[in-house]
Amino acid sequence: MFDEKMIYLDNASATRLDERVLEAMRPYFFDTYAVATSEFGYSQGIEAREALQKARETIASRLNAGPEEFVFTSGSTESSNMAIKGVMMALQKQNKNHLIVSKIEDFPILYSAKNLEKQGIKVTYLEVDKYGFVDLEQLKGSISKDTALISIQHANQEIGTVQNIEAISQICKEKKILFHTDATHTFTRLPIDVSKIPVDLISVAAHTLHGPKGIGGLYIRKGTPLTKWMDGGFQEFNRRAGLENIPGAIGFAKAVELVTAQENEQLISLRDHLISHILAEISQTTLNGHPERRTPQNANITFHFIEGESITLHLDMHGFAVSTGSACFSRSLEASHVILGIGGDHERAHGSIRFTLGRYNNLKEIDKLIETLKEIISELREISPLGKD
Amino acid sequence: MEFPYNEKVLEHFRHPRNVGKIEDADGKAMEGSPACGDMVSVQIKVDEKTKRIQDIKFESYGCASNIATGSIITELAKGKTLEEAKKISWKQASDELGGLPAIKAHCSVLAVEGLRSAIRNYEEKHSLVTDKTPTTIETIEKRLRKVMNPLSGLDLVGTKLIKKIELKEGEVKIDVDLPENHQFANSIKEEIREKVESLHDIKKVSMTFSG
Repeated sequence: MFDEKMIYLDNASATRLDERVLEAMRPYFFDTYAVATSEFGYSQGIEAREALQKARETIASRLNAGPEEFVFTSGSTESSNMAIKGVMMALQKQNKNHLIVSKIEDFPILYSAKNLEKQGIKVTYLEVDKYGFVDLEQLKGSISKDTALISIQHANQEIGTVQNIEAISQICKEKKILFHTDATHTFTRLPIDVSKIPVDLISVAAHTLHGPKGIGGLYIRKGTPLTKWMDGGFQEFNRRAGLENIPGAIGFAKAVELVTAQENEQLISLRDHLISHILAEISQTTLNGHPERRTPQNANITFHFIEGESITLHLDMHGFAVSTGSACFSRSLEASHVILGIGGDHERAHGSIRFTLGRYNNLKEIDKLIETLKEIISELREISPLGKD
Repeated sequence: MEFPYNEKVLEHFRHPRNVGKIEDADGKAMEGSPACGDMVSVQIKVDEKTKRIQDIKFESYGCASNIATGSIITELAKGKTLEEAKKISWKQASDELGGLPAIKAHCSVLAVEGLRSAIRNYEEKHSLVTDKTPTTIETIEKRLRKVMNPLSGLDLVGTKLIKKIELKEGEVKIDVDLPENHQFANSIKEEIREKVESLHDIKKVSMTFSG
């Protein structure tokens, strides 16, 4: 009954590490394990420092940024906390105490905003349309003289919708407001060039790129006011204290190097195959998010009249790992704020399934998924009191 | 492989017993949870003389524990008298399944409520309810809280879809804030009728859909 090999389709949550990444990291556990020292330190420390610097250059150059503009963190949660709380703290002295975010941001942004609200910061949560897009006119209308920062994700964690951050960052530049974007789900999958797009802060992470967990980073444009909130040593250009995670940084850089344009094309073709076949072959299904302006790896579909946790459990028993926006699946028993945010009702969240692809998926797996889904969906609809006339 | 549920729960989830509807059922109920959107329908066929449950069927729009509890409850209730079946508790259903995760209590309790409501529905239809408290607007509203709008998974009262309830000499008029051609208008209508008409002193239920 159980397949020996799991078909993993939850790559937005975490990814399988690429062996080449592990090989790149290995020497920094066993040979060059010293702390990164100054140029006057001992040789192993200098070696470590140089390796860290090289990793920083590799990652920053993917954004067309300078290495001094990139700070390593423990992951995108820390990066977004650092960006939002750091900027709001820094600009509070100038009475800039207004923050704008979209209501479908990922939790690090939403809960940072909620936390800041308790401390007297005003927060605007922008509505999104049925695809998840922020309305640029509404965005402009919500800007006040007190607005310090706008934080709009590059792409959504659940439905994959890619925001027009080119236009949003231009608005911010004109109004002299800082702009942060969470690029956890787009970094290396979609291009961002900071020499062309006036974005001030970008959160990225390795865990979505077949890199290690526990390492991420924040791009900080030169001159961006940011209060340091992790106190201790003077690491990371005195932006973030703490012993550098050198193996993690090396692994992150290697993971970035390994993502190619060809791989991204391949993901898009798998994604489109998955979406078009499910929509055509299974009745009463709705695609969540935009048909084209979505990340290469994301497909999110609602199967009406049935519940998501039942679908994921059946899929699990058939050897597939996916995720759902159903309340029953979450620890809090709350339905996905993203599906509700795009105007979906409880029912749409209830039966929504997120499939996210990665390097190790292939067409055969996707075809197997579609066949398995057809069976599961029809079985569960048999049991359901809804959708039968 | 590790699953959040034990083997018995998974077995009932994979192969639920007594799924479906009963044609000319004697008692019917649909219970829903506004908290998570799960719904369960229970229908029973009752031997008029012995008052035993001859047949029972369920349907579920819910998660694994909802489906598994629905299945086990039908097995527990079949062949029991109405009085016995009424006493089946969530604890009993959960024990019979070898235990359910605590956080899933409210999705699985629905099936138990479904069974009790189906029995209640039978008793009301057969004038077996001894409690003859006169029906009030509040009684009706309480019942309508159990009618779900399938599109939102939330109840009609909670989502303010009931515009007006009138009650006069055993006649009830209910105004629903949904269009007449709404996808689920008919099933909602049927459910309202089912829930309200069975009250001992209600003679007629009429509805208008004016959304």
